[in-house]
Amino acid sequence: MKSAQQTALDVQGGTSSALEELERALSVVRERNDELNVFLHVDQDGARALASTIDERVARGEYVGPLAGVPIAIKDNLCQVGIPTTCSSRILEGWRPPYNATVIDRLITAGAVPIGKTNLDEFAMGSSTENSAFGPTRNPLDPTRVPGGSSGGSAAAVAADMTPISLGSDTGGSIRQPAALCGLIGMKPTYGLVSRYGLIAFASSLDQIGPFAKNAMDAALLLEVIAGHDPMDSTSLPEPSPSLATHVNSGVVGQRVGLVRELIEGADEDVESAVVRARSALEEAGAKVVELSIPEFRLGLSAYYLIAPAEASSNLARFDGVRYGNRVDAEDVTAMMEATRTAGFGAEVKRRIMLGTYALSAGYFDAYYGQALKVRTQMIAAFRRAYEQVDLLLGATTPSVAFEFGSKTSNPMSMYLSDVFTIPTNLAGEPAVSVPFGTGEAGLPIGVQLLGPARSEGRLFAAARVLEIADGRP
Amino acid sequence: MTLPNGWEMVVGLEVHTELKTATKMFCGCANSFGAEANTNICPVCLGLPGALPVLNRRAVDLAMAIGMALHSTIAPSTFHRKNYFYPDMPKDFQISQYDLPINSGGYLDLPDGSRVSIERAHLEEDTGKSTHLGGSGRIHGADRSLVDYNRSGVPLVEIVSGPDIRSSAQARAYASELRAILIATSASDGRMEEGSMRIDANVSVRQRGEPFGTRCEIKNLNSLRSLQRAIDHEALRQVELIEEGGVVRQETRHWDENQGETSTMRTKEEAEDYRYFREPDLVDLAPDQQWQDRVRAAQPVLPAQRRRELVSRLVDATEAQLDAVGVVIDLNLEPFVHAAIDDGVEAPLAIARAANELAAGIDDIERLSQEAFSLTLQMEQRGELSATQAKSVLGELLSQGGDPGDIVRSKGFVQLSSDSLGATVEQLIEEHRDEWSRYCDGDDKLAQFFVGLVMKATKGQANGKSVIAELQSRR
Repeated sequence: MKSAQQTALDVQGGTSSALEELERALSVVRERNDELNVFLHVDQDGARALASTIDERVARGEYVGPLAGVPIAIKDNLCQVGIPTTCSSRILEGWRPPYNATVIDRLITAGAVPIGKTNLDEFAMGSSTENSAFGPTRNPLDPTRVPGGSSGGSAAAVAADMTPISLGSDTGGSIRQPAALCGLIGMKPTYGLVSRYGLIAFASSLDQIGPFAKNAMDAALLLEVIAGHDPMDSTSLPEPSPSLATHVNSGVVGQRVGLVRELIEGADEDVESAVVRARSALEEAGAKVVELSIPEFRLGLSAYYLIAPAEASSNLARFDGVRYGNRVDAEDVTAMMEATRTAGFGAEVKRRIMLGTYALSAGYFDAYYGQALKVRTQMIAAFRRAYEQVDLLLGATTPSVAFEFGSKTSNPMSMYLSDVFTIPTNLAGEPAVSVPFGTGEAGLPIGVQLLGPARSEGRLFAAARVLEIADGRP
Repeated sequence: MTLPNGWEMVVGLEVHTELKTATKMFCGCANSFGAEANTNICPVCLGLPGALPVLNRRAVDLAMAIGMALHSTIAPSTFHRKNYFYPDMPKDFQISQYDLPINSGGYLDLPDGSRVSIERAHLEEDTGKSTHLGGSGRIHGADRSLVDYNRSGVPLVEIVSGPDIRSSAQARAYASELRAILIATSASDGRMEEGSMRIDANVSVRQRGEPFGTRCEIKNLNSLRSLQRAIDHEALRQVELIEEGGVVRQETRHWDENQGETSTMRTKEEAEDYRYFREPDLVDLAPDQQWQDRVRAAQPVLPAQRRRELVSRLVDATEAQLDAVGVVIDLNLEPFVHAAIDDGVEAPLAIARAANELAAGIDDIERLSQEAFSLTLQMEQRGELSATQAKSVLGELLSQGGDPGDIVRSKGFVQLSSDSLGATVEQLIEEHRDEWSRYCDGDDKLAQFFVGLVMKATKGQANGKSVIAELQSRR
């Protein structure tokens, strides 16, 4: 499939048109969406109107933007004016936001054409997209398996060649894990690099929006477009968007890379051997790789499953039936709220709301939430120490290749373990990227993970590109 | 009111004041009272999914101004979420400050010389406003509930006093002094009837010298009168309860203004667990020295100081005059008063006219110059205008503007020359010989009888003092 970069060049240069690119994308969606359940809503009319405008501007000789005419899929926890936005939850069914997320505004300004909203685990809580109230998404590479999650729909859209790029959100691995399972590059940027305004919050201190693409250059282009300070988000970093695309081909000569023991511990053999091969590839390209241990990583999962549910229990309180979304009537307002939330939320969301409520309760706060915050502080310190020795860290993204439907749904803990390698990054607020590197069981792709200190996205893309080349990608 | 049998009340107040910012605390919506329901709203103050708060700098300025006026320590602070479900709170949590408030410590000196300590003055957001229709008229049992989110996200400062207050009159004086400070610093308009200042009172009783008793919190007192009555009622209720062998339970109570009594809202056991935690959507608030200095430089002279200056111009001020001084300070009318006194007008007259006539026309005060005010009072003091006429001229100046001299002429307030006044007095003495001789014999009360006659004869245009002077010269 044509890259986003090439698509934009073709549209701007007049050898293709935004409408042509859009119709091609829509035809793949028509062909495969029933089977894969990638899109919850396709905004055909809005996308066509946008594409026509772009073509008119090109015809007038205007420069449209770095993503001119590039179709893009949007995770359905991002607000777009007038487009149904559900978070894959019954509780938001029928709600149409009256405002755009900052990333949507920036995409449109850059010439991209959002074509619709993709499936996810309800409120981004899950690692397989099986927790969607509107049915699971299938992995385009093997429809008997999950695409990962929670951004499973956005990953599948790119993997199925519906769109060259898409947006997801990553709270504990929700971009990197499905990227790994679908054979894509997926990045969780530095916390605050991309505005969260208009991202329906799961866990505010961990959530970041990021790109999916088939290659490092497209991911870098997309991230450049959406990154940079936003006055609407108090936690947004003060700097403007960094230049990233110029770093993609910088290579890794002289870079010090730390292979982290805890980031392969418990991984399947095929995954571990892919990481070892990635190490060699980086060394051959001129990096110096050392092995190191960061024991704090072992505490990440427990801390995450207190902090994220605690924040979620508060963030999801507003879905009470009073102002928007579904309402189940009852005799008074308290009963109405209870009935609405009982009917509207799925099992995993309820589980996490209860966990989080408990962790914040008087008498338990210090033992649970308070303790988790201390672990988080230790995690940040551990990363800082590591980055005094090396420039990047290397490990697996997820313990296994894409798994089969239902194989982890009966035991929440086994599902939570899918994110054991990705969570430390979120707790520290630092960036990490998953890069497809080789294949494993049943010929399915394996993702290796590169981690870096805050604002090292350029360096991460350069290392990712080195692995792409070693893996024989164009 | 004094409590019987050696009981003493212990009171602490929590005052919530809406800040007079142009926009709300976390979004750009207008912060204005009285707009059509749900017109000043946006994704942020409606708590729509995905919306995020951004702190209003002006709200921080005003919070610091309040803290500075209360001698508080301004320190780096954080925001927390206070979680509970309520339909007029769009996010089902309130953004507030918890263990690290922007202002901590401090005190407020009251006009009677007492000092009340301040524990903290922190920033938080207001909720929307619910109206319950039909049925019980309360949230449970009403037929329908309507919510207006215009108030949602309006910035508030909550000022918490120490448990230092020992009488309802002192509580009232504290609230009144605090209100004057809020107005003087432009932090708030202090309009209790519009809910821009609301008070919760923590009340307990004890035998003098004993440790504090169990307290009850009375919620949402929205006038100084309610505050005083509710505290008296609650303290007495607790005393009676204890004397009958009962025990005060810690609880939140509701004040019913019409019934004149408090009743249980919820007990301590029913109290919500608010599950406070750091608001992850906001960053820490740590105003640097430069920011603090800028706010400090803009601090006005505070009401206590202004009151001292004004009271110093009175000799042995009466209670009524002190009340009038309070009104003058609240309404920023001192420039008029000081200008008139500097022109030779007696202080009691200047203060009384400002506290009554100018206060009544405060919405039109911009029409009145200090000079016109002073000239009118000088005419009154010289006897050229009666009190009634002077008030009428001030009323005209406020409603229409203009020059006092022109108004006096156009209203036909012709000066009664002492000749014509003398002639009137002579004539009335002739007509009332009996009364006159009793007056001459020392019955001073009859002076008022003659003043009344003169007033009637001159249709109120005579000046009372001049009449008495005429009478005395003939005695």
